[in-house]
Amino acid sequence: MTVRARAVLGYGLLVGIGLAAPFLVYPVFAMNVLCLALFASAFNLLLGYAGLLSFGHAAFLGAAAYAAGYVTREWGLPTEAGLLAGVAVGAGLGLGFGALAIRRSGIYFAMITLGFAQLVYFLAIEIPWTGGEDGFQGIPRGKLLGVLNLDRPLVMYYFVYAIFLAAFWLIQRTIASPFGHVLRAIRENEPRALSLGYEVSRYKLTAFVLSAALSGLAGALRAFVNQFAALPDLYWHTSGNVVLMTLLGGMGTVTGPSVGALLVGVLENYLAGLGSWVTVITGTVFVLCVLSFRRGIVGEVRALVKRSF
Amino acid sequence: MVPDDLLLETRDLTKDFGGFLAVKHVDLRVRRGAIHALIGPNGAGKTTVFNLLTRFLSPTSGSIWFEGRDITRARPAQVARQGVVRSFQISAVFPSLTALENIRVALQRARGGTFRFWRSDRVLEGLDGRALSLLADVGLEDQRDVAAVELPYGQKRALELATTLALEPSLLLLDEPTQGMGHEDVGRVAELIRRAAAGRTVLMVEHNLPVVAGLCDTITVLQRGSILAEGSYAEVSRDPRVLEAYIGAQA
Repeated sequence: MTVRARAVLGYGLLVGIGLAAPFLVYPVFAMNVLCLALFASAFNLLLGYAGLLSFGHAAFLGAAAYAAGYVTREWGLPTEAGLLAGVAVGAGLGLGFGALAIRRSGIYFAMITLGFAQLVYFLAIEIPWTGGEDGFQGIPRGKLLGVLNLDRPLVMYYFVYAIFLAAFWLIQRTIASPFGHVLRAIRENEPRALSLGYEVSRYKLTAFVLSAALSGLAGALRAFVNQFAALPDLYWHTSGNVVLMTLLGGMGTVTGPSVGALLVGVLENYLAGLGSWVTVITGTVFVLCVLSFRRGIVGEVRALVKRSF
Repeated sequence: MVPDDLLLETRDLTKDFGGFLAVKHVDLRVRRGAIHALIGPNGAGKTTVFNLLTRFLSPTSGSIWFEGRDITRARPAQVARQGVVRSFQISAVFPSLTALENIRVALQRARGGTFRFWRSDRVLEGLDGRALSLLADVGLEDQRDVAAVELPYGQKRALELATTLALEPSLLLLDEPTQGMGHEDVGRVAELIRRAAAGRTVLMVEHNLPVVAGLCDTITVLQRGSILAEGSYAEVSRDPRVLEAYIGAQA
């Protein structure tokens, strides 16, 4: 099988599962998985292709959720405007955090992003309109283009799915674009990229803002799915979770983060009855993954396929 | 020497690493079109000079002039875009990229549009012709689809040189281009450098004296961060101070 045929088959399978999902599982669950998959894919753009480990991506997801909720519930703007607000807030925060964080690398970069994210978390606790511990509730789903009623689960599902596919396409396009090639070169040998005349920090910042904007899209979308925005979205636990999903599925693979998000989503949803044991189980899965198949699920499958063809 | 003839000049260049003067008051003058060698015992400050020239390090004092412009405060990428391109002591390739892709990274920068994340990478195929001819120049045309990490050492260095030449630099800075090479590879790389030097200026750090003798028209000898002697190979190799400091130190 050629690479292209394999890719078509792989994507075809994914699209098929996505189309059938709301008939197989609870639609709200499927939508939440899609939002997390988009979030993890956006995160992977930064970690897997620019080599930057951010530990503050919860800020983009969470802040965008509040922003989308605010402009629709308080100002009565349509859902589309809510999504745009989420993307704008994600990109804006990404530009601010990123401009400062990319001056450092490795653990220092991670800590700066974590610090900023915690700042946003405490702001959300302090600002009155966020609803504090209760969260920002009653976000209206509204009507798509003023016509399609998004309160109907199937309509909402396919809306979320369409946005997921579009964003996913943009991410994989970015990876394969001229920009993506430069990003890979920087990740592989930064001093060399610099000596070839690339202003390395501008490329990193662009990748950071793109990743933050797409994380914002995921956050805004999720606010409409669940009809609320809450503090846990902003908490550092969410930033850790996205690292987990990405590594589990396969960092630096196009579909890996989505697979990771699905797995984590399934674990959290179907084992919810076990209470705090879920954390122990996901933790164990994570440790096993890092110890025994470091390339992640998709990464290992890809290596296996490469060997056998 | 007519000052107009100078492509690169440093004035009183000094680098102080917390009390250790790695480079002391160096006035280096590189003539346009020259193949200029920087030699000296280990720890003489050769690589530090390179890092200062390419702005990977900032000098403590002194200035650097290229084409009559002061580049002492320019950013590394700016210096590279002005035509000062370096190679590294340890071969610098993009390991998981193929040989062809390595060259394309360099060609892409000159082409522009490197921020276009929404474009397909098929637009890069337009660079393949030039990339292949650069690969052929260094004898790597059959390795176009081999990941750089899998190339033997000598070919990695050849790939690095081809990538550097893809930028058509007016000043080529080579940091120990033959280091760690077998006899056969040394001869090949020296020949590559000779061809690459046509129409441009080369400043190279090199330990292999036969290579220096065969290639370079001007030689600057550094010792403990200062210039000890300068001139042609014949002049420098007769200089008693050089014999004592350099050859004597090696014996």
